[in-house]
Amino acid sequence: MLEVRYRTARTLPLGRVEVRPSGVSIRPADAEARFVLRVRSTEGEVAGLPLDRPINTVSGDDRRWIARLGPDEWLIGVPEGEADLLQTSAASDLAGRAHALVDVSNRNVGIDVEGLRAAELLNAGCPLDLGDAAFPAGKATRTLLGKAEIVLIRRAGAQARYRVECWRSLATYVHGFLQEAGMGIGEG
Amino acid sequence: MAQPFRLSRGGRIDRSRPIVFEFNGKPIHGYQGDTVASALIANGIHLVGRSFKYHRPRGILSHGPDEPSALLSVDRGPGRVDPNNRASVVEARAGLRTTSQNHWPSLEYDIGAVNDLLSPVFVAGFYYKTFMWPRKFWDKVYEPFIRAAAGLGKAPTQADPDRYANRHAHCDVLIVGAGPAGLAAALAAARTGKRVILADEGPEPGGSLLHDPKAEIDGRLASDWLADTLADLDARENVILLPRTTVFGYYNHNHVAMTERVTDHLPSVAGQAPRERLWQVRAGEVILAGGSHERPLVFADNDRPGILLAESVRVFLNRYGVAPGHRLVVATSGASAYQVALDAKAAGLDVTLVDLRLEADCGPEVTRLRQVGVEVLTGHTVVGSKGRKRVSGLIVAPVESNGRCGARRVIPCDCVGMSGGWTPAVHLFSQSRGKLRYDDALDAFVPNISAQAERSAGAARGTYDLAGCLTEGFAAGAAASGSSETRTFGASPTLTGFQPVRVMPTDADPTRVRAFVDYQNDVTAKDIKLAVREGFQSIEHVKRYTTTGMATDQGKTSNMNALGIVAGQLDKALPAVGTTTFRPPYTPVTFGALVGPARHALFDPIRTTPIHGWAESHGATFENVALWRRAWYFPKAGEDLHEAVARECKAVREGVGIFDASTLGKIEVVGPDAAEFMNRMYVNPWAKLANGRCRYGLMLKEDGYILDDGVVARVSDQCFHVTTTTGGAARVLGHMEDYLQTEWPDLQVFLTSTTEQWAVIALQGPKARQVIEPLVEGIDLSPEAFPHMAMRTGTICGVPTRLFRVSFTGELGFEINVPSDHALAVWEAIFSAGEPHGITPYGTETMHVLRAEKGYIIVGQETDGTVTPDDVGMAGMIAKTKVDFVGKRSLARPDVIATTGRKQLVGLMTEDPKLVLDEGAQIVADPNQPIPMRMLGHVTSSYWSPNCNRSIALALVADGRALMGRTLHITTPDGFTRATVSEAVFFDTKGERVNA
Repeated sequence: MLEVRYRTARTLPLGRVEVRPSGVSIRPADAEARFVLRVRSTEGEVAGLPLDRPINTVSGDDRRWIARLGPDEWLIGVPEGEADLLQTSAASDLAGRAHALVDVSNRNVGIDVEGLRAAELLNAGCPLDLGDAAFPAGKATRTLLGKAEIVLIRRAGAQARYRVECWRSLATYVHGFLQEAGMGIGEG
Repeated sequence: MAQPFRLSRGGRIDRSRPIVFEFNGKPIHGYQGDTVASALIANGIHLVGRSFKYHRPRGILSHGPDEPSALLSVDRGPGRVDPNNRASVVEARAGLRTTSQNHWPSLEYDIGAVNDLLSPVFVAGFYYKTFMWPRKFWDKVYEPFIRAAAGLGKAPTQADPDRYANRHAHCDVLIVGAGPAGLAAALAAARTGKRVILADEGPEPGGSLLHDPKAEIDGRLASDWLADTLADLDARENVILLPRTTVFGYYNHNHVAMTERVTDHLPSVAGQAPRERLWQVRAGEVILAGGSHERPLVFADNDRPGILLAESVRVFLNRYGVAPGHRLVVATSGASAYQVALDAKAAGLDVTLVDLRLEADCGPEVTRLRQVGVEVLTGHTVVGSKGRKRVSGLIVAPVESNGRCGARRVIPCDCVGMSGGWTPAVHLFSQSRGKLRYDDALDAFVPNISAQAERSAGAARGTYDLAGCLTEGFAAGAAASGSSETRTFGASPTLTGFQPVRVMPTDADPTRVRAFVDYQNDVTAKDIKLAVREGFQSIEHVKRYTTTGMATDQGKTSNMNALGIVAGQLDKALPAVGTTTFRPPYTPVTFGALVGPARHALFDPIRTTPIHGWAESHGATFENVALWRRAWYFPKAGEDLHEAVARECKAVREGVGIFDASTLGKIEVVGPDAAEFMNRMYVNPWAKLANGRCRYGLMLKEDGYILDDGVVARVSDQCFHVTTTTGGAARVLGHMEDYLQTEWPDLQVFLTSTTEQWAVIALQGPKARQVIEPLVEGIDLSPEAFPHMAMRTGTICGVPTRLFRVSFTGELGFEINVPSDHALAVWEAIFSAGEPHGITPYGTETMHVLRAEKGYIIVGQETDGTVTPDDVGMAGMIAKTKVDFVGKRSLARPDVIATTGRKQLVGLMTEDPKLVLDEGAQIVADPNQPIPMRMLGHVTSSYWSPNCNRSIALALVADGRALMGRTLHITTPDGFTRATVSEAVFFDTKGERVNA
């Protein structure tokens, strides 16, 4: 029985089904690994991901990314299979520096929101200016969506591609809010 | 089909698209582009409602948002019924069912009209005066009457089936109003490339240009200029043009709220589109170009159906192609109404114009009008009107040089257009906290000192001529967008200027004249004068006493007239009386727009654990704990709460129970100074806690009172796994971060919320170890290797776990922390492994009972923000040798260290073992003492204990620990009952079972 349960796939709260209200794709992300990194100094890299980028920006790519959310706080996302590797590299990269690297893979739920009117859809609940000048590709911030706290990341590229990260228990609300918002941008 | 009052040509309606809607059950024919008001008028209908107080027949006064009288109930289909819609702004469309309001049995014959005869009773301040009249009248007469009469229209009874959307938006320049000034401002701002939003409440941008077809701008017809301007703006990526969008609220930091009516005007809606959208705009600069409102003239019976504002007559003629009547009298004290008369004459109406101004005070407009054959009576007042459900004549008289009225003359008519001058719409400016200035020449308050990044343009600041509006608008748009471009516009001249008049001179007894100032709240000039005579001098007081300006139209048509009357009565200059404060919303807003998507499942986030679905499918009943939804108990068929909890409680003490504790707050405290930080945050000592061991932590606020508690495990030298209460998780993390960032930035510690990383499965009961033994790897579960209050890491079902040996029940127990996405699989594995042992799922109610049997406190239940560690018998946990911790100094306060009087946690054993006390019940020593009695304390927790086979209760009682064995008296719904004070532990008092 142990063997049966071992390596159980993660049960994601939202599944992976894409919906496309008003042409915007809303798709819960796959099981990923995520870490909260806290460290006071911004020198160097952690597992190849830079620490010294401006606050409220994201670096890396869609697979491996690091979002700097505060002066000493980063949210890191990597494929699930690289979780152990990341922890090992981080430990050696940060050796000798006081830091915390906490696994929050199961705390966070990701939802990808993409499409021409994605910003408009997000603005149903997010009060930030998501225009290209104020929130260009590469931006990342902690913010609100309706009544839930989220981290909002705009992926690289000219296309409007966003990652919404929220806590697991709020995922149903956030996902429902996004779908409702998609219907709310109808008729112009 | 007839539409007898439809002009044969003209207007912006689409005559190729006829429509039919309903008014009071009868079909009304109109065209695409009509409002309900214009279609009714096209069919000769002016009587559309009964007034609020006196039930007087009322018609359509205005063509726009300021309409006070023509308020209809609009039915757009099942569940889609709204009262109090202004007929002048509801777009006519097929399928609408509109009905008039405030009458019984019918609009034509209304019993309530008797109020009109009783009008001497319903004077100003009627409501307040009822308080002074015989007391016994209040319950039987006044209150039922006032209640029955209160409110206008019927509130909907069905749930609103429509969708309402919300949208936050940012722009550099927000322009309110797409009339000439707003459009010119948009042109200027758009050219800079800045982000521009242009919002207009009407279905079609253009404002006054829409009913001014002969006007010219820069040598071209205004309608052509408008079309080109809109095409120009529409083609620009940086401009959002929003028709049907009312800017209703102006808040701090240029946060502006507006509602967009998305689908109400459409006969059918594609499935999911919202009815309305609430826009919350954060604008760099705001340009207020909302125009102005025309003032009615105050004369006797100025409220008869068929009496309209003069400019509205012009709008109906020119924009909608309908004649409000065949024989029109224009009554005015200013020049703009001459244009109305000119246009009406050109449309073929029989027109007479009555001007209060003396001939010498008038401009060339008089001659112009006479030249087209219209009779113009200058120096004439209006002293009354004829007719009842429709005006049939206007009574006018010359004003002689001594101020007296000359011989009366009745001018037969079926329509009156009146104009008492203009009032700039300064509502939004006032909402923005800008300071107004009274302008004598304009007889109006105009924007003066801005409080925010905002400017007004056009009629909204008293510039009434077309060229001026355009030039001023362009300048405002340029300035707001940082452009230095200037442009002057040429335009055909506009007739402007008026002579201020508050009440039209009359030869009648002014105490008998019913001249309405506020049409919606039925306030007459007489009422306002009475209020002043009764001693009210501040306009704010007069307003509340008479209710003038307090209806949903916020006195758009009435405020200046009311103000002028008060100033006149007090013989003060108008600015000395001041003006009332304008508050949001500018016009009524639907509740739906404000609620937006926040309803049903999206009303508030409902937080659920990974095991929630399992609990649902196993029949759990749930309760809300903060935003969490937790399994309350698991009833089997036929069981109620009491029976289910009794069974669950027994099962845990005798076998094994499984409980979802995932909602517990969790914080990972990491860093070289983690132990020092813990020492400062909690009362307990942490430095010597060994790795892999747990301690119950107690956290105080600065005032020394208990803030939170929870078990903490030391994971490593530099890492603590902290748990908090479910409801306190965010508060505790915030409290910790606060201290870390502001008081002790020198400490090398980092806090991360792991509440949702770890799901927690509590397995409690004598058989708990047997159940998980086969599932756990890498951990020696024997009592010697893994004692109570220890934590080990390993795997369970192959899933990494932080396995706590802790107990909130007093039994042998484990709290199994596993990553959330694996929790359900682990829970199910444990459950099936436990089935041979009779494993029983239990909920929060059983958890509460079990911990109460053991006297374990719950923060927020045994504590209320005024309870110290000693009060709950936990003084022993306080580290004696620590230099400081949050709350330490407060524990030395005289009231905290007082030797007598503090309320202490004790147990209560009722004399009747079957009686379960009420939580919150008060406790006294002697129930026969005089009232007010001295309260000794209150019951904090009270349950039926299946394991003790009697009721148990915890209580905070003054000096309770000194009262052991004493009998106290506790309130019940019927009186008092008796209970004995005991230790606050009822089961396994020696605490041996946790070590099994």
